[in-house]
Amino acid sequence: MNNDNRRYTFLFIVGTICVIYIVRLFALQVATSEWKNKGSRLTEREVVVYPSRGNIFDRNGKVLVTNQTVYDLMVLPKEVLPFDTLEFCKLVNLPYEELKEILKKSTTYPNVKYKPSPVIKQMLPEEYALFAERLYKFPGFFVQARTLRTYPESLGALLLGDVGEVNKEILEKHPDYRKGDYIGLNGIEKSYEKELRGKRGIKYVYRDNLGVEHSVANGQLDSAAQEGVDLYATIDAELQKYGEQLMQNKRGCIVAIEPSTGEILALVSAPTFDPNLLVGRARGQNFSALARDPLKPLFNRATQAQYRPGSIFKLAQSLTALQLGSITKDTRIACNRGLIGCHGAHSMDDLEMAIVHSCNPYFRGVLQRVVEANRDPNNRAKDAAIGLSIWNEQIRKLGFGSNLGSDLPGMKKGNVPSAEYYNKKYGVEAWNFSTIYSIAIGEGEMLINPVQMCNLVCIIANRGFYVPPHTVRQIGRGGSARSEYVTRVDVGVKPEYFETVVNAMEKVVGPGGTANSIKLSDIVICGKTGTVQNEPREDHSVFVCFAPKENPKIALAVYVEYAGFGGTWAAPISSLMIEKYLKGGTTNKGREELIMNAKILN
Amino acid sequence: MAASGKQNLQLDWGTIALYGTLVLFGWLSIYSAAFNPLLPSPFTFSEEYGKQLVWIGACVFLIVVILYLDAEVFNKLAVYIYFFFVLLLMLVLVIGKEVNGAKAWFGIGDFGIQPSEFSKIGVGLFLSKFISSSGMQLKNLRTRIQAFAIIGLPAFLILLQPDVGSLLTFLAFILVMYREGMSGNVLIAGFASVVIGTLSIVIGAGRTTYPYFGELSSIWTFIISLFGLSILALIFVRNFVVPRSRRMLYSVVVISMVLASSLAFSINYIVDNVLEKHHKERIYVMLSLPVERQDATYNSEMAKITVGSGGFIGRGFHQGPMTQNNYVPEQWTDFIFSAVAEEWGFLGSVTVILMFFTLIYRLVLLAERQRSQFSRVYGYCVAAIIFMHLLINIGMVLGLAPIIGIPLPFFSYGGSSLMAFTILLFIMIRLDAERLSVFR
Ligand SMILES: [Zn+2]
Repeated sequence: MNNDNRRYTFLFIVGTICVIYIVRLFALQVATSEWKNKGSRLTEREVVVYPSRGNIFDRNGKVLVTNQTVYDLMVLPKEVLPFDTLEFCKLVNLPYEELKEILKKSTTYPNVKYKPSPVIKQMLPEEYALFAERLYKFPGFFVQARTLRTYPESLGALLLGDVGEVNKEILEKHPDYRKGDYIGLNGIEKSYEKELRGKRGIKYVYRDNLGVEHSVANGQLDSAAQEGVDLYATIDAELQKYGEQLMQNKRGCIVAIEPSTGEILALVSAPTFDPNLLVGRARGQNFSALARDPLKPLFNRATQAQYRPGSIFKLAQSLTALQLGSITKDTRIACNRGLIGCHGAHSMDDLEMAIVHSCNPYFRGVLQRVVEANRDPNNRAKDAAIGLSIWNEQIRKLGFGSNLGSDLPGMKKGNVPSAEYYNKKYGVEAWNFSTIYSIAIGEGEMLINPVQMCNLVCIIANRGFYVPPHTVRQIGRGGSARSEYVTRVDVGVKPEYFETVVNAMEKVVGPGGTANSIKLSDIVICGKTGTVQNEPREDHSVFVCFAPKENPKIALAVYVEYAGFGGTWAAPISSLMIEKYLKGGTTNKGREELIMNAKILN
Repeated sequence: MAASGKQNLQLDWGTIALYGTLVLFGWLSIYSAAFNPLLPSPFTFSEEYGKQLVWIGACVFLIVVILYLDAEVFNKLAVYIYFFFVLLLMLVLVIGKEVNGAKAWFGIGDFGIQPSEFSKIGVGLFLSKFISSSGMQLKNLRTRIQAFAIIGLPAFLILLQPDVGSLLTFLAFILVMYREGMSGNVLIAGFASVVIGTLSIVIGAGRTTYPYFGELSSIWTFIISLFGLSILALIFVRNFVVPRSRRMLYSVVVISMVLASSLAFSINYIVDNVLEKHHKERIYVMLSLPVERQDATYNSEMAKITVGSGGFIGRGFHQGPMTQNNYVPEQWTDFIFSAVAEEWGFLGSVTVILMFFTLIYRLVLLAERQRSQFSRVYGYCVAAIIFMHLLINIGMVLGLAPIIGIPLPFFSYGGSSLMAFTILLFIMIRLDAERLSVFR
């Protein structure tokens, strides 16, 4: 049996396969550039050039927020050689187990050997300096500089806000962000993200066989990074710092606004913390420590707290009732303490004195005149519903129940009870004036936040208008504020009605007034004390004021939680703030020391 | 042990030159693919290219030893060599090191030895001795079973590792047996099985809704089609074939139908229920069927991109962006051909394929000019083994075969593979060198 011809069959099979493979090679390499292009897209990569974020200055040009360079220690697994892991761990101060885990992760899908992965992120220059000189001993490890926020004045943590790397949720919502980008999470950083962020640049590079990167097409496709815009905040750093000092070891807040412009001069929420804690590697750890703190330092009491307004609300009630014609400044109402409690010796005040004495029965009577005006003579419940709606509409013009169009993120709106609100709560026609009268004196369901309260003072100081409170006065050097912050909002109350209120507020800080103790010889302060009841705990101490009486420069709302009567703590803090702002400091060092050392954290 | 007539040795220098060229080209490719810019010296023994130099050195030593041995030794010791490697294959199952899920390696310090690579030498020698010693007819069923047993024992042990790649290369011996007289129907049946198997996987991957039976694997469509085809064939036989052959052809058609259906059904069953998920995915990737996991297609995709990146003339030595940036994982082992394709382009790749073809062609020539049947069968073994590796390895790189980890002869990084192929080839060269002094 001769099978010699089978050698040709064998060679034929081999030859056929070789031809098939050559044809396939031709298809992949020559006939189309599809695969080659796919390769280019892989090997030529985009390098993101991060812009530096805009700086934030205070109203006097002092730096509040700027950037610092930090270093990410990276590993390029392809270039790592066997190295003394123990020495390395000691050098960069990293537990061995963690390093092992990081190295393993750096080469497992979707990470690959030829792409750098972070080992330690965001080291401060001093941390990097500890091993910078000896890093060369570990091929494959290198550092990459990035910028982080830093706060030279260490103030205004919640006001300025913080930035963080974008997470998955943000990426889904904002497609123009990419992994690794920073975004403002709070405060000015958040509300002016668009301006501060700048524009990411893109550089196209390819790596040659020595691992050196070259630009593609001489950089013609590259786009330069645009730095973020600098912001000039309305904040007065000195005043802000002073406010934070006065509020140390207390809970509460201070809101200070320049009435004529709506510029927020200081926004203190106490207890506060050093904003630098939320930067860099320790961020996560510090953040959770702050989040666990029972005193809630991350809670911005100035914008997010909603308090019952208490006696201070009588100022708003007065303006509303005057404008609605329910009372005149000469209306006298008996201090009938059978209807509602009162204090002090008085019996039949007019409006001005009722404000000075903070007469509860008087303002119960005021609201009754607004709400029960016999608009429906046969049905007391319907009459109250109509009256309350009229009242609600008027009082909202003073900024209650809204966020005022402010640029403060997360501002709470509070609650201005409406007829619908009570219908839901009690049922339609199941309530009347005697059900709801406690809102007359700022108790009951009425809720405001401290910025709204300060804004009310601005309205009074301006005798009829406000500018939405805002935190940035210039976008870019020599720029202007956002357009909505240069126009006045008229509250629809005649200027003459303000005189009674202003005069009363002047008397509050005068002989016989509840805040007489803070009267200054050279500056006329117009104020109003308040207490917010928190049964069974101690009242919140509240004081609002503006100064000077004519041509006011500053309006304040001060809340000290669980501190009792408003005149005790909130009023002196206000006067110290006024002196600081208008005169650069107080001469009453004893008061200043007493306040700063007081600890009210029961 | 020096051969008596070593001055008379007629070495086939052409084959040796081809071997040298392939090994050199292979080493250059490894040097490029595994290049570490921080350690550019070829003598960096911590990197693959340095290690491969050591292996090449070891091969030179082995070549000298083989050429000094008496050619008779290989014939005489064939059985012992065979069983020595069978023993190693058993041993590796017990004390072997598990790499990528297969117990295929003896680990000695930093180095590993893969006995399955060497076992082909034993099978080649023993099979040649078996076929030549008795002048046996491979048409004889008994002989055929014995020959299959020689191949099957190590193949079975390799299956236990399990190392599908090495197992497949044993198909080379079927080609050898065909050359030595085994019926060509085996090849045809094998070819038909590959076609039916492929179709059953491709069709079986889908699902179809059948009347009365609801949604089932589409494999049933394929089996029904086979059934329909055989009915057509029966009608054809009945009407167009002379009556005397009809009976025989009826049974051929029916048996083929039954065999094809059960093959299709069992392959479909194995793919769906027996194979591990990653094996199934590799097969699906090769057949361009949809795969759930993205990374299952990664290697195949990267290999194709790397090949395509080369273009017609290639990117140049050390200039391939895909190769230099290690986009293909462990490119210097089983995917080394993609580095050749990227850096030397279509021209270089075709050159390599043609060099392999020339080597195989040369081996067939050498085999056919042997006087001894032992040498001839052995020559075919060498040619067929190299061919099977070429077929599977380059097919894999080009996306025409599933991702099966077997080395490209003389090119891929690795001591076991390089040494085994060197021994395999140089035994043939040694045998050929004495062809004139051997009588039938
Ligand atoms: Zn009274």
